[in-house]
Amino acid sequence: MFLDRFRKRQPSRAVLALYDDPDRLLNAAALAKEHGLEGLDAFTPYAVHGLSEALGIRKSWIPYVTLVMGLSGAALGLTFEIWTSAFDWPIKIGGKPFISLPAFIPVTFECGVLLGGTMTLAALIFACGLPNLKGPILDRNLTNDRFGLYIPEYGPSWNEERILRILRGTGAVDVKVIRV
Amino acid sequence: MSDVIQAPGIPAEPLINPRKTFADVNEEVSAPLERKPGMLWKVFFGISLLLTIQFFMEIGYQMYKGIGIWGLNHPVGWAVDITSFVFWIGIGHAGTLISAILHLFRQRWRTAINRSAEAMTIFAVMTAGLFPLIHMGRTWFGYWLVPYPNWRFLWVNFRSPLVWDVFAVTTYLTISICFWYTGLIPDFASIRDRSAGWRRAIYGALSLGWRGSERHWQHYERAYMMLAGLSTPLVLSVHSIVSFDFATSLLPGWHTTIFPPYFVAGAIFSGFAMVVTLLVILRKVFHMEEYVTLQHLENMNKIILATGMMVGYAYATEFFVAMYSGNPYERFTFLNRAGGPFAWSYWIMVTCNVVVPQIFWFKRFRRSLPVMFVASILVNVGMWFERFTIIVTSLSRDFLPPNWSYYKPTIFDYSVIVGSFGFFFMWFLLFCRFFPAISMAEVKSVLWTAKKSEAAARERPRAKEPAHVS
Repeated sequence: MFLDRFRKRQPSRAVLALYDDPDRLLNAAALAKEHGLEGLDAFTPYAVHGLSEALGIRKSWIPYVTLVMGLSGAALGLTFEIWTSAFDWPIKIGGKPFISLPAFIPVTFECGVLLGGTMTLAALIFACGLPNLKGPILDRNLTNDRFGLYIPEYGPSWNEERILRILRGTGAVDVKVIRV
Repeated sequence: MSDVIQAPGIPAEPLINPRKTFADVNEEVSAPLERKPGMLWKVFFGISLLLTIQFFMEIGYQMYKGIGIWGLNHPVGWAVDITSFVFWIGIGHAGTLISAILHLFRQRWRTAINRSAEAMTIFAVMTAGLFPLIHMGRTWFGYWLVPYPNWRFLWVNFRSPLVWDVFAVTTYLTISICFWYTGLIPDFASIRDRSAGWRRAIYGALSLGWRGSERHWQHYERAYMMLAGLSTPLVLSVHSIVSFDFATSLLPGWHTTIFPPYFVAGAIFSGFAMVVTLLVILRKVFHMEEYVTLQHLENMNKIILATGMMVGYAYATEFFVAMYSGNPYERFTFLNRAGGPFAWSYWIMVTCNVVVPQIFWFKRFRRSLPVMFVASILVNVGMWFERFTIIVTSLSRDFLPPNWSYYKPTIFDYSVIVGSFGFFFMWFLLFCRFFPAISMAEVKSVLWTAKKSEAAARERPRAKEPAHVS
């Protein structure tokens, strides 16, 4: 199970059901999950709430990146300030101690935010496999007004007819079988 | 999740017309990018470009001649340059407030305005960033502000608020750009999917190949939330640190502990006024009246009223503390502000910042475009003079009367002021022309909520009827 996450899945076929209504997509996603279909995904023009839960997608790990990188940035900033001001070339300024902690806090904070923020964006780009300019665009309206449920070929139990039967009553405006 | 807590029976004014379709949003927001700009845009852009050109010519001449070409003199070593720096940094704060703090508080009315407000932040911070550089006089040594290993074996002094400023402003600019770009990715993908040719290639590259997969949205939403969470303390820290430039000095009128909250409130105040100014123009020029509604503008006017009163309260507190402290220098400085040679600047500040926003107590004025347009401009005039009052009056009459001097701006000072506005507006106009000025993905989610609440409102009376049958 754990190793599956690192194995590159290469489905050759997939079913894409298009809806014009996010609620219908949510119902269809729940139904597909109920029937035990695996590797489900959805393509939507905006983040539909509750969709990840309906598809069984794990929560994002990005907040941990932000936390760890934010703290590392702050630690690096403070260490650098202490090293330059107290060790590399200590200079007495304004009668303040070499390690003037209160005066070092603003830069410490800014370094934490800087590393935390930029690494959050980097993590997002990495997590989404971007830039991905060659990736196929399944339907041009998926970034406009269509909400697509994507059921890739997953394991030997994958059966196109069965999936189409499951999706029948869900109110899809279009169902396509895609060959990748 | 409901947008606002609403008393039952009172219909909430929808943030967007629920009859619109998702496709309408794409169509109408992308329209300005896909047609040739109108006459009005060209005129505005031409003027901003000319002002920007004269701005950089002035900077060039000033780097050649020295900062003496400004009206600076012996006690007044900081004037228009630092005033404009603080002013422009402050303008930026409203953008982050709208995009980050209102996001964390789930104020969904921000969706139609956050993109342009964030853009305003970035351009305002870019403009602000020029001022410390040109103020240095020897601009080509600007990199000395950054701690880097050098042959002098010297590091910067981390105990100095001016160094904190360097870190705060660069971090602020970087994080604002990250936040803005994250928001733009799905919208670039929307534009890519509706265009062809070179336009598709460019917007496709900008979207990084975003396809809207739920697996990606899951990460996206969390990352966006994290960036909002980081930006919130950041925005408060930036103007606090800017205020430390003054507060940690010993000059009467600067050396006060009230400065950080006072500066932050003033920054939000002036920033919101700038957002109102820009949006009144933007919705008119690009026909976005249905997205940036009067309700959005009214909400912002309420924030202007609230923060304006905070600023007014801070003015009163400063005066009271100066009186109560028993410190003769402090007392003199404040009497000098209100009645000395710079009294004109002080009273412009009080009129524009304390008196003018009071008209927003009236709903009719909060929703009147001409009134809010004029008021928002006056607020920014007032806020510029607030920084001028703080900086110049305090410097011009410090402890010793032999040091005193009046400050008189030269033509180059005026050139820098108007030039910075030209520079800022030039970027903003380019943004409106080439980038989606309204966040399509976020507006669509609000639109869906509006559609559902309208559908629910249509069904409610029918469901209630049987209850009355006894």
